[in-house]
Amino acid sequence: MPSSPQNPADASICAEHLVRRFGKFTAVNDVSFRVEKGEIFGFLGPNGSGKTTVIKMLTGLLPLSSGAARVEGLDVRVDSEVVRERIGYMSQNYSLYQDLTVAENLQFYGRIYSLDPARLKRRIEEIVQLNGLAPYMNRLSAQLSGGWKQRLALGCAMLHEPKLLFLDEPTAGIDPVARRQLWDLLFELSGHGITFFVTTHYMDEAERCSHVAYIYYGKIIADGTPNSLRELPDVQPLGTIRVEITTPEVTRALRFARQIPGIRSATIFGQSIHALMDDHLDLHDLREQLLKNGIAVAEIRPLAPSLEDVFVELTNKHQAILEAANA
Amino acid sequence: MRDMFRGVGAVFYKEVLHVRRDAGTLFFSLTMPLLQMFLLGFAIDTNIRQINTVVYNADDRRESRELLDRLKNSDTFHVIRYVENDHDLNDMIIAGKARVGIKIPVDYSDRLLHNMSAQVLVLIDGSDSSVAGQAINVTNAIGLDESLRRVLQDRATFAVDMRPKLLFNPDSRSPNFFLPGLTAIMLLNVTTFLTAFSIVREKERGTLEQLFVTPVQPFGLLLGKLLPYLGIGFFELCLILFFMRYVFLVPIHGNVVLLFALSLPYLFAALSLGILISSKASSQAEAMQLAFLPILPSVFFSGYIFPRETIPAILYPLSYLIPATYFINITRGIILRGAGIKHLWTDGLALCVLGTLLLVIAARRFRNKVIMA
Repeated sequence: MPSSPQNPADASICAEHLVRRFGKFTAVNDVSFRVEKGEIFGFLGPNGSGKTTVIKMLTGLLPLSSGAARVEGLDVRVDSEVVRERIGYMSQNYSLYQDLTVAENLQFYGRIYSLDPARLKRRIEEIVQLNGLAPYMNRLSAQLSGGWKQRLALGCAMLHEPKLLFLDEPTAGIDPVARRQLWDLLFELSGHGITFFVTTHYMDEAERCSHVAYIYYGKIIADGTPNSLRELPDVQPLGTIRVEITTPEVTRALRFARQIPGIRSATIFGQSIHALMDDHLDLHDLREQLLKNGIAVAEIRPLAPSLEDVFVELTNKHQAILEAANA
Repeated sequence: MRDMFRGVGAVFYKEVLHVRRDAGTLFFSLTMPLLQMFLLGFAIDTNIRQINTVVYNADDRRESRELLDRLKNSDTFHVIRYVENDHDLNDMIIAGKARVGIKIPVDYSDRLLHNMSAQVLVLIDGSDSSVAGQAINVTNAIGLDESLRRVLQDRATFAVDMRPKLLFNPDSRSPNFFLPGLTAIMLLNVTTFLTAFSIVREKERGTLEQLFVTPVQPFGLLLGKLLPYLGIGFFELCLILFFMRYVFLVPIHGNVVLLFALSLPYLFAALSLGILISSKASSQAEAMQLAFLPILPSVFFSGYIFPRETIPAILYPLSYLIPATYFINITRGIILRGAGIKHLWTDGLALCVLGTLLLVIAARRFRNKVIMA
């Protein structure tokens, strides 16, 4: 059968015009996106912007007010039960049974998915091997550190060999090393053809995704690969450049930079300032102006926008649109 | 059909592990009722005896002392002091040292000798109605008896001779009255609390949210959670019956198997209440408070302590909605009166209807408020 990329049955997730209303409040407003098989899809947005609601709709927990969604080729409005057999879900804050051991947690989830004993045994062995849980099997999960808890939770969510895994803020509150290790694991699994739907607040994690979407007040305002988003006209308007100004006096420099005509926006990043400015502004002139005002400047150099820049720009733009609509 | 209950086995397995690991809670919830049993069984006696009494005998001749002896011999009154004036008599009652004050006037003996009516003043502290009632009844009865004896001069028998006979609890033992009722209240208590807690704990932890994204069906989840606590409820019932029979020596006249069979719908009603509570409460502390809601009407409107006949007419229909009402009738019926299924089937049927109704309401509410939230 010839497959076109637009065929919804080929995608892992295909959401079309999803709407969810709670009374008069529209939590999800005409959201459409597509996640191809094997992608690591980063779903980003501020708290309360509708991320969890979208996950609940895709997993069949919340009925759609309107729109359509296919997950692993199945219509969630009709086949939500079958959808739940085929997906794995790992919620934020390690929803494990703390008073059960690692082995018992795995056993329990295996029974939930009605794996027969032989397959369950084999799957537990595979997962223990993959996640390195072997030394902890008889330990209560309450006694595991955050990173190990997350590995166990991930193991529980993929016992039944789902093709698609939803991870809701999988790395919230775990240390950087454990975070890195978890991502290494995700890449490895992704290499085996598993699709990941990941929500996160960490921009470095978003940069690792092969596909990201940003939801703001129930609407998707950005959707694409991290690189394609950096080139969006809203982020990098024609005739502007983005520069990094490294200075020991960031706060003073920021106050000053915001007053220079031609600088459209400026934000502090550690020991430097990221500024979006008109490209007719000369970098040399800028340096002179700062020095004249007693601000030491170590370096000024052009900079590609980070994903954080992308989301800040898009958020500001949509904020302005929302305010204009309300006024 | 099987699909509707998908996940029962897995949830049951996990719940049993929880209970085993948290042996402290289990032990506590099983021994609490026993503690209450000991309190109610040994310490509380509803039969009123030896009421503290103060006496002002202004007459102090043979007739008046005979009357006082009769009052004392009734076992109802215990004379703690004799006073010499009205003022002291009143004071003793106001101070709460005595609940009854008896004043025999100066002319008591004289009036009796002249075949005139002699008055005796009995002051009763009305602040405890059951004590007051007993004092009124006994003093009236003794007064009447005394009068009749004087009229009849010990020569004839009474025309009408009432012979009351107490059935089922001939010695008026308090444990016989309290413990069968307590069984119902305790079963309700333990099972409601445990079920509500086990669900709310998962809500707090976020594990419930996780479960909903698995193929587990709501009925499977609920049933898997209920069954272990149903087992605990049964065990609790055995424990209570054992102590009742062998420690408090309450004879069990009826069929214990019938009692167990009829406790099944009652336990289902109690467990459903637990689910209802868990669908409302978002923390264990909140669940704790809500769990008292069904307990209070079950104590006051079911006939457990106060007879249902004393409930005001407006609230009376409420007692029909309380599962404990039926189960207390069943426990007292089987244990004390030796009742069988032909006497108790209406109560059993009512429990089945209430239990099913509660379970359906609870499951629906759970679906709408917890899963779809």
